[in-house]
Formats: sequence, structure tokens, C-alpha cells
Amino acid sequence: MSEHPETTAHTGTFQVKRGLADMLRGGVIMDVVTPEQAKIAEDAGAVSVMALERVPADIRRDGGVARMSDPALISAIQEAVTIPVMAKARIGHFAEAQVLQALGVDYIDESEVLTPADEAHHIDKWPFTVPFVCGATTLGEALRRISEGAAMIRSKGEAGTGNVVEAVRHLRSILGDIRRLTQADSAELYRWAKELGAPIGLVQEVARAGRLPVPLFCAGGLATPADVSLVMQLGAEAVFVGSGIFKSEDPARRARAIVEAAAHFDDPEHVAKVSRGLGEAMRGQELSALGERLAERGW
Amino acid sequence: MRWGSAWPSAAGEARGRSVTVGVLALQGDVREHLAALAELEIPARPLRRPTDLAGVGGVVLPGGESTTLSLLLQSGGLFEPLAAAIAAGMPTLGTCAGLVLLAQKVRGGRPDQRGFGVLDCTVLRNGYGRQVESFEAAVELAEPLGGGSMPGVFIRAPLIESVGPEVAVLGWASRPRDGARHPVICRQGNVVAAAFHPELTPDRRLHRYFAAMVASCEFVAARPKRGAGVTPVNAAG
Repeated sequence: MSEHPETTAHTGTFQVKRGLADMLRGGVIMDVVTPEQAKIAEDAGAVSVMALERVPADIRRDGGVARMSDPALISAIQEAVTIPVMAKARIGHFAEAQVLQALGVDYIDESEVLTPADEAHHIDKWPFTVPFVCGATTLGEALRRISEGAAMIRSKGEAGTGNVVEAVRHLRSILGDIRRLTQADSAELYRWAKELGAPIGLVQEVARAGRLPVPLFCAGGLATPADVSLVMQLGAEAVFVGSGIFKSEDPARRARAIVEAAAHFDDPEHVAKVSRGLGEAMRGQELSALGERLAERGW
Repeated sequence: MRWGSAWPSAAGEARGRSVTVGVLALQGDVREHLAALAELEIPARPLRRPTDLAGVGGVVLPGGESTTLSLLLQSGGLFEPLAAAIAAGMPTLGTCAGLVLLAQKVRGGRPDQRGFGVLDCTVLRNGYGRQVESFEAAVELAEPLGGGSMPGVFIRAPLIESVGPEVAVLGWASRPRDGARHPVICRQGNVVAAAFHPELTPDRRLHRYFAAMVASCEFVAARPKRGAGVTPVNAAG
């Protein structure tokens, strides 16, 4: 291609895709619906923002079909901040993903928060230059998404509820099975692959490394600094906070406190200090009061 | 070049001394830097609080988001003692966001973004473009790093637009968009920084070079005064 083949550059490699996820570790990715909210998030120390038309709590309230956001909104948010901007595509909707890539978003979330576009297939993420994050509730689901090309996994939790219980369930399931895999012998790994519905190569890799081959973040129902400390002590490497910030009484202050809690998640005195006087958290919902579980979308 | 002799054999390394390196651990790819140093058998520990600096003889500023790191450095009280130690000559390695924190002039950043300003160069944040333009390419190395090339992973990387007369360029790479060749590794005094992520690939030459700087300089940070510079994050509301 060039006179100096050794200086040829390669974009969209898996190293480059998961590399951005690595750089976000220890940070907070915040859902925003306006450029002003994006600025507040960046001012508070967010490592990235997720550009949306509605936060999950409102999607849940409004019902109807939830789709990719208006490109004009995404571009306005890209203009407003210097940190990476993510956006959501519907599960299986590769054309929405193509549009988001054309807009130059930094990460695509193939998200169960939007209404799925395909009942059997997730997007084949390998042909894309832009990296993808996907939700998972179990290790098998996480490995299937990675086999399709996801460069970051997040727990699904139950978005828009302000209730951390599902995120904890998903993290414990994924991390507990990883710990069990590391104890399995080589013959047992084949059975694990069958039961997880995941490629044996990835199962062997996880067993060897004791962690997923991509960063594992936590999403779905986080509302307080202590929630962030909890999931990061359980093993999440960073957090997504959706409705929890801009549905609270004092978003700027809560956002700032949540960033501090992510950086100092294992220092209870620091978490105590930043948790003082934050005002009302988002209202939150008992899971038994929910209609549809978003986490059940995807396969 | 007066520091050219630091590679490949460092006096301190030859004497078998071990100085502990601190890796700034507020956000970013801290684990990879700790692992790279462990591979070289350099004692290393994470830095989160001002007290973690005691006894540290070198510091690594990892990749991450420079706006976030700048804010957390200030709110956690690490900024002032770390700035003082770096100004006093503590060997420092910065990669990507770490380079942004070390550069004297930062373009495309936030106006309130604070850095250490000890490396006389101008960097443009995300100067290679958004994530879809992030790339892997070989980095050409200068003699002090052994010549040849090493793999470079550039992720929303800062672009070094210009360097001052006191700065030695130790590596170059071309920007894919226009083929323009830019410095990607720079050293001034005891500060060395890369626009890319050597910690993400197995080539350890830059970490070894930094370890030799640490070993030969015998800098050890003092314990900061009690309660120095810890700003309550909620004070401003």
C-alpha cells in the first residue's frame, strides 16, 4: 500500500477497540439528553457521555418504540464536549449502527434499553471500525457478545429503575462463573462451553486469564456513590450511570460525587465524605412493580 | 545528549537497587502499567492519596481521560505534592493522557484543565481524530531507545504539534490522515512521555528506559505534610 509497509497504519483493530474501553476504566459514563447535560457531565469528571433522546426512566414511562437518537442531537453533543461520545443502536439494527459510525461516535451501545430490531440476531460487530459495548446478564451472554465482536461488556441491570439489585445479580453471575471456570480442568471446560452456549476458545481464554478478554463495566440502576462503590468492589471496572444522575435533585453535585466514588471505590471514608447532602436521589422502582424487564431483551 | 547514556545499562540497575515507582491510579489503564513494571521486576504501587507518594522514586501517569484525571488529581490533594516532586526532578513517564498532563501547552482541552506543564511541547488533544481514526502503527525509535521500531497503539491520541529546544524526540510516527510525521515520544530532563500506549503491547523498551532513569537518579519523594492540600469535593456545591 505504501512505500514503507512497516509504517502502515491500521484502524478498527480489536486492540484499538478494546483499548478505548481500557482507558475508560475507573471512570463514569453518564447518560445525557442535551448538550447542556453533556457539559455538566464533563465538568463533573465523566470519562464519556452516552447521547440519548430520553433516559431509560423516561423510555420506561413513555412506552412505544425506542430507537436510535436523532443524529442532530448526537452531533450537538459531540460538539459540546471533548470526552468520548457513545450512542445506542437497537439490538440487531446494523443500519442504525452504520449511521452512528458515519457520525463518528466513539462507542456504540447495542442496547436492550431500545426496542430490539431483530428477535434472533445481534449485530455482527466485526466489520465495523467503531467499537461496540453490549449488555449481558450471564457469562454465556457476555461471551456470545464478545464472539460477535463486542470490545466491552456491561451488566444489563434493570435500566431506569434506580434499583441496583439486578446489576448486582448480573455481576455476581458473570464473575462467579469466571471464578468457577478458573477451577475447572481442561475436560470440564468443554462442558462449560456447551452449558454457557459460548465458543470453547473464549471459555479457555477466560479460564486461563481469570477475567473476560474485554473490560467488564456495570450498568443498570445505579443511583448513589455507594452503589458505585458496591459494584466496583464486586469487580466492575467502571460504571454507566443513566437516569440516576439527571433524574436526581442536584445532578451536577451527584455526578461529581459519583465520579469521586468510582476513583476511590475502596475507600469508605472518601465515599462517606462525597455522599453527604447530595439531595434526593432518583425515586427508584421496586422490580415487582415493573411491566417489562429490559434485561430480558437480547439472547 | 546528556541522558543518552541512560540506555541500555543504568548504574542503579547494575547495583541492584530497587526504587519503588508509583502509578497514578485514579482512572485509566493502571493495571497494564503495573504489569509492565512487574515484568521488569520494578517494585511499583498505585498512587491514589497524597500519603501514597512517600518513598516513591518515580511516577507513571497512565492512559485515561485527561479531563477526569486533572479533576481527580486536584480534588484528592495529589496535584500539588506530585507537581512539586516532578518539578524537583522525580522521573516521570506519561502515556497518552499522561502526556497531556505533562505538556506545557494543550490545545483542544478544557480551559480549566490543569496539568504539570513540565514538557516544553504543544499537544492537540484528540489530534489524530475520534475513535474511528484510532490506529496501530509502528513507531520509529531514536538511538537512546535502541533504534528500530516498536508497536504503537494510538487511541484518541494527543498529537505533538511542536517541541521546544530542550526536548529530545525519541520516537516518531506518521498521522494516517495525511501522512505527516510527528514526534510521539519526547524527553525533557527526567520527564518522558508518549502519545501512544506502550503498556498495551509486549515491547517493554520504553518502560525499561524509564526504569533506568529512575534507578540512575535516586530521587525519593518525601512524605507530604499531614492534611496537605485535600480539598473537600462538595465544598463548591
